[in-house]
Amino acid sequence: MKKHWYDYLWIASATYLILGFFNILFAWFGLLCFFIPLLISVVRGTKGYCNRYCGRGQLFSLLGGRFGLSRKRDIPNWMKSKVFRYGFLIFFFAMFFQMLWNTYLVFAGAQDLRQVVTLLWTFKLPWNWAYHGTLFHPGVAQFAFGFYSVMLTSTVLGLVTMVLFKPRSWCVYCPMGTMTQLICKAKCGGGK
Amino acid sequence: MNLVKKRRKAVVDQGLCVACGCCVKVCPMQAFEIIRGVMAQVKEEKCVGCGKCARECPASVIGIREVEA
Ligand code: SF4
Ligand code: SF4
Ligand code: SF4
Repeated sequence: MKKHWYDYLWIASATYLILGFFNILFAWFGLLCFFIPLLISVVRGTKGYCNRYCGRGQLFSLLGGRFGLSRKRDIPNWMKSKVFRYGFLIFFFAMFFQMLWNTYLVFAGAQDLRQVVTLLWTFKLPWNWAYHGTLFHPGVAQFAFGFYSVMLTSTVLGLVTMVLFKPRSWCVYCPMGTMTQLICKAKCGGGK
Repeated sequence: MNLVKKRRKAVVDQGLCVACGCCVKVCPMQAFEIIRGVMAQVKEEKCVGCGKCARECPASVIGIREVEA
């Protein structure tokens, strides 16, 4: 099948995770993976991001497919149910807003910068080697730590389900995927 | 003998499809398309029933059925 430039975006995704290991401020670039899919779904009413450009999905299909790091079993039924998918979306957002709140507290001076990456919303990993000070407010760095936590957590979850089920199992419950599909549904239902 | 010609075709459970587009990427016949970011649809006349899409689909919502041709 013909390869397009966007079939190589998995390199960008992998680079992103690696750069964040050395300098946490790169985490800010992750916002692209939030706004691009949303913009495409709102403006064009498609899941163009998932269908073409998402480097993370490509990374999973590469590792799970080409490199064979997947059992290639069916995902359990409850994981593809709407309850779980929407529930996970809500949970993910709740955690996201909590992260924003922590960032706000640092901006407001009510809390000191914490140089940790929180994995799976629970485990605090020290990450101080990746912080070399910032020209801006420490809050800028706090957001970077928080956002990198979100990205790393979703990658780890995605890798686990990649190994257990099919390579791109993460795409079944990925909050961005669920949200863009919901937006597309709303756009269809809203007539045209 | 009764020779009814059967063909294998992909069928999607559209209610559970997450519109990820993996099927579109793997189908050698370009038989799949994603409709308005909501669900996948097979163009039956293009599908040759190879089963690649069913193996790839992360939600496992594609089945290969025999239909009368
Ligand atoms: S569902 Fe998530 S991981 Fe999968 S392609 Fe879409 S945005 Fe990427
Ligand atoms: S691979 Fe499966 S879940 Fe993804 S769009 Fe195709 S049918 Fe739907
Ligand atoms: S069975 Fe083969 S030809 Fe038919 S839609 Fe799936 S991948 Fe395409």
